[in-house]
Amino acid sequence: MIILEDVHYSYDGVYTALRGISLQVDDGERFAVIGANGAGKTTMVKHMNGLLRPQKGRVILDGRDTKFMSVAEIARKVGLVFQNPDHQLFLDSVKKEVEFGLRNIGFTESEAAQRRQKTLASLGLEGFAERSPFTLSGGERKRVALASVLSTEPRFLALDEPTIGQDAHQKNQLAQMLAEMNKRGRTVVVVTHDIEFVIENFPRTIAMADGQIIADGSTNMVLSNDEVIERCSLAPPQMTLAARALRNVFPEVGQRLTLLSELEETIMGILGGA
Amino acid sequence: MALIEFADFSFKYLGADSLALKRIKLTIDNGEYVVITGPSGCGKTTFCRAINALVPQFHRGYVAGNVYTDGKNTREYEVATFASVAGLVFQNPENQLVTLDVEKEIAFGPENLGVAPSEIRRRVEELIELLDLEELREKHPHEMSGGEQQRVAIAATLALKPKVLVADEPTSNLDPQSAEAILEIIAHLNKRGMAVVLVEHRLDLVAKDASRIILMDKGRIVADGDPREVLAMDLCEEIGVGVPKATQVYKRLKTRGIELGNVPLTGVELAELVQEATSR
Ligand SMILES: Nc1ncnc2c1ncn2[C@@H]1O[C@H](COP(=O)(O)OP(=O)(O)O)[C@@H](O)[C@H]1O
Ligand SMILES: Nc1ncnc2c1ncn2[C@@H]1O[C@H](COP(=O)(O)OP(=O)(O)O)[C@@H](O)[C@H]1O
Ligand SMILES: [Mg+2]
Ligand SMILES: [Mg+2]
Repeated sequence: MIILEDVHYSYDGVYTALRGISLQVDDGERFAVIGANGAGKTTMVKHMNGLLRPQKGRVILDGRDTKFMSVAEIARKVGLVFQNPDHQLFLDSVKKEVEFGLRNIGFTESEAAQRRQKTLASLGLEGFAERSPFTLSGGERKRVALASVLSTEPRFLALDEPTIGQDAHQKNQLAQMLAEMNKRGRTVVVVTHDIEFVIENFPRTIAMADGQIIADGSTNMVLSNDEVIERCSLAPPQMTLAARALRNVFPEVGQRLTLLSELEETIMGILGGA
Repeated sequence: MALIEFADFSFKYLGADSLALKRIKLTIDNGEYVVITGPSGCGKTTFCRAINALVPQFHRGYVAGNVYTDGKNTREYEVATFASVAGLVFQNPENQLVTLDVEKEIAFGPENLGVAPSEIRRRVEELIELLDLEELREKHPHEMSGGEQQRVAIAATLALKPKVLVADEPTSNLDPQSAEAILEIIAHLNKRGMAVVLVEHRLDLVAKDASRIILMDKGRIVADGDPREVLAMDLCEEIGVGVPKATQVYKRLKTRGIELGNVPLTGVELAELVQEATSR
């Protein structure tokens, strides 16, 4: 379990990037963090894996204050995939990059190679093992960064904007991998602007604005709140816009968040299901 | 003469084992708004680099065929020649900004090309107005939000008066509202006559602005045409293109025997088509 207690943080001593974050993450949970650029999402997840330490407040990991734990000790439990892969990748082949973390936490050479192969394949990167990360396309590099953390399957997984530059297939592959790990008991935290990715994959959503949490609850509830949508600088999903436009004419169309399949059924209903 | 012509162009990066672009043949004309989409690694960035000669002159490799930008062969003229024809905007504006403030950033390119100071002043003022940068005038680019930085990067690119704006996933690091603001500016520039080539995965955001969508897969162009026609193709799902949700609903209804008449690209269009269908 991770508990953030009234966490404050400022990078420069002038602007406060986190202003009293309190949050409990239970084992085996799966949730999304949303918020406008600059809301403090990255700063918050960096507190979860010990890269940043609170200047006020506490972060408690499995009952221990992280103040008294080393970065390495925390990193064994909490894996973080950075927003920008350029800040994470530093070796000269994809293979070394992914096996590095695995060897670090004690996997033998052959185990590491096996896990590396499996993870690269699940992320559509088979055939990339010998490539240098610096010769990859942006989306490929992002997936290598994901692979290097996902392969170690830490108990807590924090992914900072993992869907950037990924197409629909790749997003589905990622969602599926995260769902499987979650089923095996791993906790998954994802920072993202991709509201459809959130609706389809995460039951709980935390919304941040100006260094504070402004909503925390079921995804359905949080994303139905217009103030949240506005302050998180989100665009309402197209399905919500469609439902709203339909509701003007067909009052039977529901008020709540709409999934694609629900809208499909609604329209089938309106058009007589012919 | 076409603004951009790919004449059977192929390219393989040095050390790569497959072609990043395979026998690309197409032309792009003045005033078009072309969206390029396709799986990551399919060659979109390479395509953009080929327009302004970064491929093959900066990124080296094996080349076959030719690209002509504004009539000039990208293998024969210097890279600098193309900076004032095709302006490139990238995903990470921070990698693109070089100077200390907005005015200097905008003036930087034309100064390097030896444009007269009075003309530079005129362009700076015009672009500050066009991109709504007045409030950022005194700010250091590194104190700006991602959306603000991207607006400055676009202004700096436009200062060279390019004929085509080539934007490679310019909004993927931005939150949706900042992204929409940037895309509105790009659509506005297109309406004023500038050709646009935009790489984007989130077709929900851009399909409505585009005059043409090009689908790429494994270095090839696999579809090219009117956005509604291209997005209605099953090929999109096969290669993993993020078809707008409204278009997806249209397709699903179609397989169930409901024909909406036209292909919607947005939720509002979808709702309108449903209303029309009920009143028929
Ligand atoms: N390394 C840094 N130095 C100074 N300020 C920073 C740094 N990183 C982030 N900030 C500032 O902290 C605030 C929160 O940033 P961040 O956590 O990156 O937000 P988000 O991930 O939600 O976009 C922003 O105002 C940002 O400008
Ligand atoms: N500098 C490079 N050296 C070698 N291969 C590269 C280089 N840049 C890109 N590639 C490869 O070329 C292909 C196309 O990449 P790119 O044009 O960046 O794709 P996209 O922008 O569609 O994601 C990919 O397979 C990528 O791995
Ligand atoms: Mg961030
Ligand atoms: Mg690219």
